[in-house]
Amino acid sequence: MGLMRGRLVMVQLLVVSMLALLTVRLWQVQVVRGPEYVVAATETRTRDVVVPAVRGQILDSTGRPLVRNRTTLVVSVDRTRLNRMEGNGKEVLEKLAAVLGRRPAELRERIRACGPGVARPCWPGSPYQPIPIDADVTTREALQILERQEEFPGVTAEVQAVREYPSRSAGAQALGYLQPITQEELNRRDGLRAAFSGVDLVGRDGLESVYDVSLRGTPGMRRVQVDRLGKVIGVEQHVPPVPGDTLITSIDSRVQATAEKALAEAMKGAPTADGAAAVVLDVKTSRVIALASAPTYDPAIWTGGISEVQYQRLLSGKAGKPLVSRAIKGEFAPGSTFKVSSVAAMLKDGYPLHGQYDCPGSFMVGDRPFNNFRGIGLGTLTLHMALVKSCDTIFYRAAYEQWLRDGGLNPKGRTKEPMAAMARAYGFGRPTGIDLPGESAGRIPDRAWKKTLWSVTKDTNCKRARTGYPEVARSSPSRAAFLKRLAYENCLEGYQWRPGDAANFSIGQGDVLVTPLQLAAAYAALVGDGRLRSPRLGWALVRPDGTKVKEIEVPVVGRLPLSSRERAYIKGALSEVASDGTAAGAFVGFPMNKVKVGGKTGTAEVYGKADTSWFASFAPTDKPQFVIVAMVSQGGMGAQTAAPAVRKIYEGIFGFKPDGKQVSPILPGGRPVRALPVIAKDGTVAR
Amino acid sequence: MNRVAAAPPRASLAGRTVAAVAAVGRMDGLMLVAVAALGVIGTMLVWSSTRTWAAGSTGLVKKHILNLVIGAVLAGTAAMLDHRTLRTFAPLVYGVTLIGLLLVITPLGSTVNGAHSWIMLGGGFAFQPSEFAKLGLVLMLAMLLAQPARGTDRPRSFDVVIALVVAVFTMGLVMLQPDLGTTMVIGVITAGAIVVAGARKRWIGGLTLGVVGAGVAVWFLDILEPYQIARFTAFLNPASDPRGVGYNSTQSLIAIGSGEVFGKGLFGGGQTTGRFVPEQHTDFIFTVAGEEFGFLGSVTVVALLGVILLRGVRIARECEDRFGTLAAGSIVCWLAFQSFVNIGMTVGIMPITGLPLPFVSYGGTATFANMIAFGILQAIHMRRQSF
Repeated sequence: MGLMRGRLVMVQLLVVSMLALLTVRLWQVQVVRGPEYVVAATETRTRDVVVPAVRGQILDSTGRPLVRNRTTLVVSVDRTRLNRMEGNGKEVLEKLAAVLGRRPAELRERIRACGPGVARPCWPGSPYQPIPIDADVTTREALQILERQEEFPGVTAEVQAVREYPSRSAGAQALGYLQPITQEELNRRDGLRAAFSGVDLVGRDGLESVYDVSLRGTPGMRRVQVDRLGKVIGVEQHVPPVPGDTLITSIDSRVQATAEKALAEAMKGAPTADGAAAVVLDVKTSRVIALASAPTYDPAIWTGGISEVQYQRLLSGKAGKPLVSRAIKGEFAPGSTFKVSSVAAMLKDGYPLHGQYDCPGSFMVGDRPFNNFRGIGLGTLTLHMALVKSCDTIFYRAAYEQWLRDGGLNPKGRTKEPMAAMARAYGFGRPTGIDLPGESAGRIPDRAWKKTLWSVTKDTNCKRARTGYPEVARSSPSRAAFLKRLAYENCLEGYQWRPGDAANFSIGQGDVLVTPLQLAAAYAALVGDGRLRSPRLGWALVRPDGTKVKEIEVPVVGRLPLSSRERAYIKGALSEVASDGTAAGAFVGFPMNKVKVGGKTGTAEVYGKADTSWFASFAPTDKPQFVIVAMVSQGGMGAQTAAPAVRKIYEGIFGFKPDGKQVSPILPGGRPVRALPVIAKDGTVAR
Repeated sequence: MNRVAAAPPRASLAGRTVAAVAAVGRMDGLMLVAVAALGVIGTMLVWSSTRTWAAGSTGLVKKHILNLVIGAVLAGTAAMLDHRTLRTFAPLVYGVTLIGLLLVITPLGSTVNGAHSWIMLGGGFAFQPSEFAKLGLVLMLAMLLAQPARGTDRPRSFDVVIALVVAVFTMGLVMLQPDLGTTMVIGVITAGAIVVAGARKRWIGGLTLGVVGAGVAVWFLDILEPYQIARFTAFLNPASDPRGVGYNSTQSLIAIGSGEVFGKGLFGGGQTTGRFVPEQHTDFIFTVAGEEFGFLGSVTVVALLGVILLRGVRIARECEDRFGTLAAGSIVCWLAFQSFVNIGMTVGIMPITGLPLPFVSYGGTATFANMIAFGILQAIHMRRQSF
């Protein structure tokens, strides 16, 4: 037995060393490396789910929703998880396609990353975000996916809020749209690095973009516990989201709709028209009551991902580029509507307010005759009548005289250039600063601009002056000859501000370009208190429970260098345009005795195209409340196309039928809404 | 039993009872406490790891408790038997377990989790003959090697050869299932019995060489399937394929490691609740102890197993007859190896094989076999001074 006992000591030693080994190893795993495994455990066991904050609504000035939220069931796919599977999750996608009744190829297209050479549909957002592939599934489809999570790894269906546009296309370009955030944008955001949420959207254009931070709110976070199949089995941490603020705008949805309808009809009436815009401003505050652009589109198209066909249509010239807001981005020669600036420049330059001015049919500017409209002479006129009848030659003469005083072709020292200076005082040539992205500056050409342009273009022009335009000559020799002569002139003396340039400038032609919004802001300054303001669409930001966060101020950005007497004089002249002047024809039957409309027509010539039709107006003339500017590109004469559109907007606002009969007005009392709508605690609007 | 204990001459009912109480008093109390404690801990761990399976699923815990109760009865019965009686019945017991192993190969056998080692009894009860084969082999080998060669302490060479034949035959049947873990346990039981029996060093050396040689042959002759090799070696580097063969290793290390010193508390283990470790109520039950009871808890489990094993060694040493010593010694080798491999695989120092943790894991047959082994140890202990 001694031998056996000895062998048992060996066994005992083995057992003791085994126990020691296990204890040491456990110490190593649980105590030394414990914290490391705690981190690993948290990573495998929990998922951080970002709870998107409900995006704030956008309301009109009476509290009607322009953009609101609607809940839908959204199915999303986690591409990172799919890529980890065999065949990049092909099987899962096929099953999902079957449930949703779509083609598997379509789903694959929707989850691939956008990039060069990848056509839509594609995913422009972060590759680490779940990608929404169907924004409107039925409850039954969602349940099929949720109840069989093990068959659909990486696929989720959840309730999400998507944007809804109750008034369809109204103000589409001004409202803007949402798109999934890109990786770069996500990286730029502060404190949102964990925000790889289901549908993290960012405002891409319009108000959605400008007020994105306020509308977005703060997303919450839910750290959920999952099992090894990815099924959620509990919540470890919950930080509730803070919903976004509601944006109250000064837009009146019904005036907006009226304006869009008027534009659509104007375009229908002018066969060559390729675009139109209308701006309605509150004269007193320069808040925007309507900002319309035609053609337009239904922004609901963005909800739930846009297809390549739809997207290309939105961008195409054939569809009229409905994404572009012509009201703030369209740059057009203003034509005679610009004369409010030119006449002011004359007064500022010492031309007598009550003087008599000769209006011949033609005026020699240097060695070239510049004609009145249709070459008709109107005799001797006051400045008042010059505006009412839209005489051009008076302005040609003044521009020419000013040009000569500045030294003509060879200016000495500092030039005055009164017309350009006055145009800038009206706010032309720079963006108005409205709370919308991508606004155009327009163009106020002057001597310095001409020089800069020449230095940039002279090389090309001088080359063309030698070689001519053989490619044009083949189809049109006369046009090629004209272009060659032009190139030669520009090469030789393109830096010169010629008398013709000055003359064209004075009637809003030549190189002058303005946006409809600039013109509206200028007219509001003229017929209002003389202060130039930067128009605003946003009026106030309020919490969903109605608490006011802040009221958005309309900044004063300038002051017209005119006395109130001078402004009153110009206003007085414009007040007769619609009743007795160039726009009288468009306002036949309009009850001028109730609401007198003033304004100025404009018919701007565009080389190679039909005229741009303008009407810049205000009403009522005695105490102006509204400025309305309408522009129809290639719409013909101002009195023919733009003025009738403006008339329709006034009829809506003041409640007149085409025959002048009173009906219920959109804006009671014919005044803009000046008090913010009251939003109750529960989010309802008291009207 | 009355024959063994200092019993009164008349075997009255009262006398028997007194004898039984006296025998209980002679039991190894510390080992009893350790087994009971492991049983309680095991019940909690099984509860914790199965409570989330379905709404109100306490079924498995109840079954586990039932298994423990049956096991306790079996242990008590075994403890009451004189181990020398067992020696007489050893061939019979072994024969019965062999029949069990053979039945598994017939159409009566069923496959669970890839191992064809089960016999379904109906009513949700299943039976795993290989667990009892360990027990049968322990008794058979002890019997075969109990008789020393004349004038020595060593077993006769003929007996060693017979023992090896019996062991290899048993192993062969288990390998057919195939059950790598149990095969290894049987090998260890055999090795333990031969070593403890006092076989000559050349026997031991020769057998060691034989095993190594067989291993090398298996390796180079491509007898194993690649997946078997992969599974076997994955523990060396679980990160190489964390979602495939390394998944179990990785997840069990995460579960145990994240328990840190004090654990997350019973039912507080997120990894356990999320069922990231497969088979966490059977083979990987130690991960639940590691996560929920921490280093202190898992070391306690190791210590309790240590108590059983070291007391087992003591029982073997104190036993006055070769059969008892051999049986106790091989039982210790069996339980020690199985505990080490089981815990070792959960902490990444041993390959992953399907072996339950003695006295802790869920599983009826294994519980019964372990408890009977425990009963045999007690039986040997209680009769240590009867020669």
